[in-house]
Amino acid sequence: MRTISRSISIGLLAAAFAAGPAAAAETLKIGFITTLSGPAGIIGKHMKDSVDLAVEHLGGKVGGLPTEIIYGDDQRKPDVGKQLADEMIKRNKVQFVSGIIWSNVMLAVAPTVTRAGVFMIGTNAGPHQLAGKQCSKYFFTTSWQNDSTPEAMGQVMTDQKLTDVYVIAPNYAAGKDMVTGFKKSFKGRIAGEVYTKLGQQDYQAEISQLRAKNPKAVFVFLPGGMGIQFVKQYTAAGLRDQIPLYSVYTVDEVSLPALKDVAVGQYETRYWSPDLDNPANKKYVSDFRKKYGYTPSFYGAQSYDGIMLIDSAVRAVNGNLNDKAGMIKAMEKADYASTRGKYSYNINHFPIQNYYLLQAVRNPAGQVEMQIQKVVLENHKDAYYKECRMK
Amino acid sequence: MNFLVVLEQILNGLQFGVMLFLMAAGLTLVFGIMNLVNLAHGSLYMVGAYLATAAYQWTGSFPLAVVLALAGTLIVGMLVEVVTLRTLYERDHLDQVLATFGLILFFNELIAIIWGRSALYTSLPRYLEGHVELLSGLNYPVYRLLIIFVGLAVAGLLWYVVTRTRLGMLIRAGASNRTMVAALGVNIRLLYTIVFGFGAALAGLAGLLAGPIYTAQPGMGELILIQVFVVIVIGGIGSIRGALFGAVLVGMVDTLGRAFLKPMLATVISLEAAQTAGPALASMLIYVLMAVVLAIRPEGLFPSRG
Amino acid sequence: MLTRIRTIALVLGLASLAALPPVALALDEPFYIDLFRRFMIFAIAAVSLNLILGYGGMVSFGHAAYLGIGGYAVGILAYYGIDNGFLQWGVAIGASALVALVIGAVSIRTSGIYFIMITLAFTQMLYFLGISVEEYGGDDGMSLLTLSQFGEWLDLSDATTFYYLVLAILIAFMYIVHRLVNSRFGMVIRAAKSNEVRTRAIGFSPYPYKLVAFMIAGAMCGLAGALLVNHTAYLTPDFMHWTRSGEIMFMVILGGVGTTAGPLVGTVALLLLEDTLSAWTTHWQLFLGIFLVLVVLFAKRGLAGLLPGGKRNG
Repeated sequence: MRTISRSISIGLLAAAFAAGPAAAAETLKIGFITTLSGPAGIIGKHMKDSVDLAVEHLGGKVGGLPTEIIYGDDQRKPDVGKQLADEMIKRNKVQFVSGIIWSNVMLAVAPTVTRAGVFMIGTNAGPHQLAGKQCSKYFFTTSWQNDSTPEAMGQVMTDQKLTDVYVIAPNYAAGKDMVTGFKKSFKGRIAGEVYTKLGQQDYQAEISQLRAKNPKAVFVFLPGGMGIQFVKQYTAAGLRDQIPLYSVYTVDEVSLPALKDVAVGQYETRYWSPDLDNPANKKYVSDFRKKYGYTPSFYGAQSYDGIMLIDSAVRAVNGNLNDKAGMIKAMEKADYASTRGKYSYNINHFPIQNYYLLQAVRNPAGQVEMQIQKVVLENHKDAYYKECRMK
Repeated sequence: MNFLVVLEQILNGLQFGVMLFLMAAGLTLVFGIMNLVNLAHGSLYMVGAYLATAAYQWTGSFPLAVVLALAGTLIVGMLVEVVTLRTLYERDHLDQVLATFGLILFFNELIAIIWGRSALYTSLPRYLEGHVELLSGLNYPVYRLLIIFVGLAVAGLLWYVVTRTRLGMLIRAGASNRTMVAALGVNIRLLYTIVFGFGAALAGLAGLLAGPIYTAQPGMGELILIQVFVVIVIGGIGSIRGALFGAVLVGMVDTLGRAFLKPMLATVISLEAAQTAGPALASMLIYVLMAVVLAIRPEGLFPSRG
Repeated sequence: MLTRIRTIALVLGLASLAALPPVALALDEPFYIDLFRRFMIFAIAAVSLNLILGYGGMVSFGHAAYLGIGGYAVGILAYYGIDNGFLQWGVAIGASALVALVIGAVSIRTSGIYFIMITLAFTQMLYFLGISVEEYGGDDGMSLLTLSQFGEWLDLSDATTFYYLVLAILIAFMYIVHRLVNSRFGMVIRAAKSNEVRTRAIGFSPYPYKLVAFMIAGAMCGLAGALLVNHTAYLTPDFMHWTRSGEIMFMVILGGVGTTAGPLVGTVALLLLEDTLSAWTTHWQLFLGIFLVLVVLFAKRGLAGLLPGGKRNG
């Protein structure tokens, strides 16, 4: 029933030339779950393309073993994600499950995977539950904990001595988490706090209210289409030059092609940017552009890193996939060339890493891109690791 | 909360309502006349937005792009009618729901294959970008005023066509007694195809107007579709007047609710509680409105005759 | 004779579902037990919707509400440390019936598209309520850390046991719906579907009958919600999203409305198709869309109608 075409087997031919003795018999199987269909399928595409590139960079052999990647489309539904994970573990007998964009899908999938004693390598969603009380030794993430990015932005705005900041986020869990994270480090006054409808299209009402309050700056978290709409309408309202706009997860390489000039001047904080200066990132970004003809996003960089992290773990145990303790130890060192540069893992297996301030600027070629302005938080730890009792 | 802000929010509500009206008019026409539940109406809105964007990039002229997109959605609509929907008029509403849902999936994926899944870059010509000063201290975007104007003009035009022209007469006659009109020698199939095409073009018009301020992306139609159904149900199905009234009502309630519900609640309950309850209530407001209207008037505010 | 063939086909279908776990285990493919368990849980929801949609003509576009209510009943009780399954599932059924009573009381006064939209409206309210309540995770949802407990003789964490429990409930519900629609009670709602005025004329007021049917359907779907949350060990307001309501509706229509086997056939067909197509291409929705249109155009009584002897009631 499940067709083989979901799986792409790479490097099986190369198995004949396998280097290590342990590698001869075993195949490394990685299940990669993301959203490939529907409107959010664009994020899934960024991730899948990056995974394919990572496998290609490793010559088709992750950790020196013949590798099979099994892709699954979660349709953005937690129960479908869980079903895919079950199938990958029970039918395909994968050693790693990776990917996952959405917090709610992750919260359904991660316990399923880790309870089965299989590694879960998150490459986007970083809900606080998994960083704290529900942490697991089998869970690692190459992304971030949700709160850290807005914390960085709060820091930026505090450093700039901004006060009277107007805050907008959608009325759902991640939206509230973002505002909580922001308030943790923002010391100025908040002029207004508005929660919008999830999936809202028109922000004119909110923009009119905002203008009436005349704040000194605006902080928003509006991911995906919501962000594109808000930023367009904010600029169209003529506010771009009057009140600076700061955001998290709102303007990125996925939404920039739809925004272009409208985004110029936008501030974002993030742990990664295409212009981050290190060899691994340069190779990733330039090969990605060459192969796919578009600029990668942080979703892609994390997914690329996910495969590289797995590679480092499997190499450390010489391809002995039964040595799970050895692989945990190896991954805890984060000993691989990450696209973000050197970082380390906290006790909850979330990265301790830098966060940067980025701005959307027009480059000499006339295109709009995100550029790093400065480091905001250095080797930043998330706020929940103390709640983690790793078993 | 000063007078100008309230006035501006009323304009915002009107503009949103007019946008809903453009969608609702086509949907309610098709429903009222052909008795067809068309979930794929949102897909035609998406097609309009994409065609306009592509045509604008290709020709560089906004008015020309508008014309091309309108003609395009008209043709796409008529094609869809001839190929699939024509045979469904006599069927159960359930069959229509299933088939038109199938069309939604088909169009979303087709658009994703042609233009990719990413949101499309849409822009406006310079002359539509600015603001006009309506009163001192009240600047309003030109483009949004244009939307209000276009919507009201379409409402007037539709009223004229339906009540004052021969085509309108045929439409009304076809709605109340299909067999009789056919017996009188009118090509009812062609009439239906034309009506459906016009409904599609109206959705396309809404889509091409929405493109520059919202996002053009696959699935954009479903974001607005449910609200449009709320509009036509509140207004009374098949009634253009009802669609206009329902659309402006929903637009106003939604916009003013988002703007003023929280501050108003905060005067009654604590700010903390208002912070939580306000947005939740604002999201539900149009559904509460619909439930209340239907509980009192089970056929909507302007039930169309038989 | 022809109805006999349909009965035999249905029995054969259920028998193969019953035979699935040992076969799957023998082939070392335990995953299929999970897969079909999920299918059957949605089939229970579809069976419950079929009662009001297929036989009663009440096209509820908000049936996912009860999946959510049932799920949250279990989830919230578990959150406060109450993991007694009898209590949890009892509350799930009771709460769903109660909500159905309220929604039904208002909605049944309307008909046609108005009914479709008002049921949708209520579910949208519940959905937005779900994502706003932070205590229970909002949009992030909540994990069910311990499954519903039924003492020693019934352990849901055993995949096969849980599977047979779901199958038993499915068969029971199909039987209950079958008996209901062929009872005097069922005659009234079916009569009201085909001609409400005439039903009144012969001395029945359909309203209370329809309301009771609406409540029963809600309660059944509430139990499906309780099963679903135990299946995924997790719940979110996403269970109540309007597209879910649509999907349950499509399962019924696809299988064939107003037939005993229809909801099961439709559910398995739709979910299996989704699963197979999505394994094959990321553009699977294009093909699913075409398939749905073709079914409507050429299989007028749904998939179950392709079996001989099928007739759509009303």
